[in-house]
Amino acid sequence: MIHQYKLGGYNIVLDVPSGSLHVVDEVAYDIIGLFEKESKENILSAMKEKYADREDITPSDVEECYAQVESLRDMGKLFVPDNFESMAGKLKEKTSGVVKALCLHIAHTCNLNCSYCFASQGKYHGERAVMSYEVGKRALDFLIENSGTRRNLEVDFFGGEPLLNFEVVKELVKYARSIEGAAGKNFRFTLTTNGMLIDDDVIDFSNREMSNVVLSLDGRKEIHDRFRVDYAGRGSFDTIVPKFQKLVEARGGKNYYMRGTFTHANPDFLEDIKVMLDLGFKELSMEPVVAAPGDPAELTEADIKVVMEQYEKLAELMLKKHKEGDPFTFYHYMIDLKGGPCIYKRISGCGSGTEYMAVTPWGDLYPCHQFVGDEKYKLGNIYDGVTNKEAQAEFASCNVYKKKECRDCWARLYCSGGCAANAYHATGSITGIYEKGCELFKKRMECALMLAIAKELGE
Amino acid sequence: MTHIKTIETKNLCDSAKNGGCGECQTSCQSACKTSCGIANQQCESKKADK
Repeated sequence: MIHQYKLGGYNIVLDVPSGSLHVVDEVAYDIIGLFEKESKENILSAMKEKYADREDITPSDVEECYAQVESLRDMGKLFVPDNFESMAGKLKEKTSGVVKALCLHIAHTCNLNCSYCFASQGKYHGERAVMSYEVGKRALDFLIENSGTRRNLEVDFFGGEPLLNFEVVKELVKYARSIEGAAGKNFRFTLTTNGMLIDDDVIDFSNREMSNVVLSLDGRKEIHDRFRVDYAGRGSFDTIVPKFQKLVEARGGKNYYMRGTFTHANPDFLEDIKVMLDLGFKELSMEPVVAAPGDPAELTEADIKVVMEQYEKLAELMLKKHKEGDPFTFYHYMIDLKGGPCIYKRISGCGSGTEYMAVTPWGDLYPCHQFVGDEKYKLGNIYDGVTNKEAQAEFASCNVYKKKECRDCWARLYCSGGCAANAYHATGSITGIYEKGCELFKKRMECALMLAIAKELGE
Repeated sequence: MTHIKTIETKNLCDSAKNGGCGECQTSCQSACKTSCGIANQQCESKKADK
């Protein structure tokens, strides 16, 4: 399967199974589009007719171009068949029972009251609660016990707002550091925070211990303060921005992400990206809200059109800034063409429910943070392990080739089948697809590939 | 005349030979809490080789 499109002044052809990427002229673009549908004779004659009036494209150019396409096919860089299906379950099968990442719900409570929160203001449709040190410690032990030969273990301090339980976060990191060496493990911690409680202590600790910090900021003050308000209804923008700036400045180059959500209120999210840049932030991520149908925050069809244009304009802005020597990162446009994950990872689907789980404040295990509170998907707990084998098997069997829509989609080796929670909420099944999310994802990948090409060609 | 410029990319078919170590990051553990993707992830064994 190939995917061909025009963007940023380039004619781009992606050979999906091999990952080969080509920038082609208009004749090659046309020939490649017809190559598998028509005979050589028909293609050559159609091209010679189409370009008959063009002095710069002679009949011998057309024939030469066809030969170049044939050559790339013979080299395994075009029209490569997808023979990966039999490998699809292998990685999960090989690592069955191995857990390497936990999302610790350190606080099911929050000091902000954002109406668009998927976690219902941090409570996950349940009671307010914070994780005790004992539960957190057991969760870390559970992770080590179940991590097999995996060395790198990821732990995300999540909520609600994790800094409402900061002392426990600090104690858990201290505990993890005390045992990781002897266990032959390396903990990588992430903190996801709304910023309200950031102080010098949090900054010092995060910059010392957190591999990554995810800082929630929606961009323009009026956009941010529309949803991200305290319980008195006051916007949080003015409180958190100086704290984020101080933390990022002190971070000294270590990973962080300013992460925003765009909704029906701001499909023109590039304006929010520009505000983040003006505030001095360079590592940015903005994602579309995932809202229930009818929710006022939900993106409409008209909004989606705006968002699609915004993605292209964002790519243009990134290229401009890159050329000016003032680059910034957009999380969803990061793509490593020469590296990146192997094919096993690309086809095995999301690791939720298998190698990755969420832990509630009282120690229950769920496939990921987005399933917490849904009893059907409660997997077990950190004391007895996974007991709901049926639910876990459903996640283990989930891969790219289990979804009929993905089989025909060119982006399948870049999304790995998408988010199980989004699929579940949109269709009632984790093997369904969230169509709106797919459309946006494909647009992001087209932009990401175009940007990578422009940088590679030094243009 | 060259009609096609091929950009250097990792050959995904070849990655079937030595891949599958499982050390790489889980799909949704970083900035991305609502949209799983793998395009922006790194290969951990490649990182270790450097």
